Amino acid sequence: MDYQLSDEQRIIIDTVRKFVREEILPLEDKLDPDAGDLEPEDKARLVAKVQDMGFYGLGIPPEFGGPDLDTTTQTLIAMELTQHRAGLYNPAYGVFGGAGLAQLFEATDAQKEKYLYPTLRGEKSTFFGLTEPSGGSDPARAIQTKAVRDGDDWVLNGSKIFISGADRADFGLLFARTDTDKGRGGVTCFIVDVPSPGFYVRRVVHTLRSTRYATEIQIENLRVPHKNILGEVNKGFAIANDRLTRQRIPYAAGCVGVAIKAQEMAIEYCKIRNTFGGPLASRQSIQWMIVDNELDIRTARYLCLDAAQKADRGEEFRTEAAMAKLVGSEAGGRVVDRAMQIFGGYGMTKDFPFERWYREMRIRRIGEGPSEVQRLVIARDIIGGAFH
Amino acid sequence: MGIRITKPFQPLTPENLKKVHAYLGVYHLAEPDGTIYYIGFAGGRTLFGLNSELQREMQARAGKPAMFRYEVNMQYLSRHEELMMLHVADHGELPERNRRELKHKLGRLTPA
Repeated sequence: MDYQLSDEQRIIIDTVRKFVREEILPLEDKLDPDAGDLEPEDKARLVAKVQDMGFYGLGIPPEFGGPDLDTTTQTLIAMELTQHRAGLYNPAYGVFGGAGLAQLFEATDAQKEKYLYPTLRGEKSTFFGLTEPSGGSDPARAIQTKAVRDGDDWVLNGSKIFISGADRADFGLLFARTDTDKGRGGVTCFIVDVPSPGFYVRRVVHTLRSTRYATEIQIENLRVPHKNILGEVNKGFAIANDRLTRQRIPYAAGCVGVAIKAQEMAIEYCKIRNTFGGPLASRQSIQWMIVDNELDIRTARYLCLDAAQKADRGEEFRTEAAMAKLVGSEAGGRVVDRAMQIFGGYGMTKDFPFERWYREMRIRRIGEGPSEVQRLVIARDIIGGAFH
Repeated sequence: MGIRITKPFQPLTPENLKKVHAYLGVYHLAEPDGTIYYIGFAGGRTLFGLNSELQREMQARAGKPAMFRYEVNMQYLSRHEELMMLHVADHGELPERNRRELKHKLGRLTPA
């Protein structure tokens, strides 16, 4: 694998890095330490700037107006966009745009007109309704929300949990069981307009992350037209699974970005902080933390780029994406933890970003498939012979 | 856990504020008849958390009586959003000052 960046990638990375340091960090200093949004006028100004740079709409295929960037370059960008306090869950506060629900690229023309294009223009917001109280790691079996055909409609009943954005969305994707005997082959994906009668956001689910909360949804006799099925009846699991696999690379890259920033801050601090007559950097215990951080960062970065390059070559990358997600989220947590240790008491305060990263990084070992599921995926592929 | 703040209001006075510590959290301000006129939070940039925020609110009233109640909560941003959504669910709209200050789309909540 060739990790030498091309000249074009180098220029892109330098540009994005400069943007984050010169545009995002100064604004962030004035925001609440847990803030998830910029002031609207600042956001509009920066979105216009990113559009001028030609980088707006990362993850959107060129045929839909996005920049023509391969997965490797997008992975490298993700590692830069997250290098600020809110970066893990709000990279650059969203001013680089995004693909939203990428599943809609496979929608019918009518669905694209009604849902995809307004989303890409930033006119509609969305949610992804997969996880249920019965479980999220094994959605194919855990989904209990049922959809029953009734004339030209389907009638949905059930509940969802840990759904971000459902309370503010204009529409979303809801996965429901349409055949109780078929396991993963009995799940269908519905595009649901909200608010709609029968769709209720019952509560905010408070987590370690104070901004961008999740919600719990109750669905009672919600009628969805048959034409709002995304893909085919009973083939919704493939849609969900595709997202889960693709999402793992940028998800891991975000962890690496935060880890890089935490390491940068720890190195800077250990050189200027004196204890017992010398800088922290002269203490072996601190040096070893810095070394262990570097090993974690480089291992995770290697795995992210390996997965991205396989994806770019059109090869199967499920195992590599799982490895990147597993190592990226766990290594990122260790790096932030060591950086906090080096910062001592200051590392615990809201004066620095570590406490927010520490809380949010913990979620990363669960979100988008917990570490145990990643190991399960990897083991299946290695033992089953699908790997290499 | 109930999602509404159920503890009683108390007068917004210097004596009562002495018992409010410098924690982060959320608060309700109400007219003496109990009508909520503001839903606020004390975030990580406040000097003395709930205490300094409520002191500021009391001074802004310039002697006009008011009531308050608060909740210590480290997840003050999501809790603040939840309280605003609950207020809309219960009363149809936000207090006027919250409407003026809100810069994003507020979510829809239909508590069971």
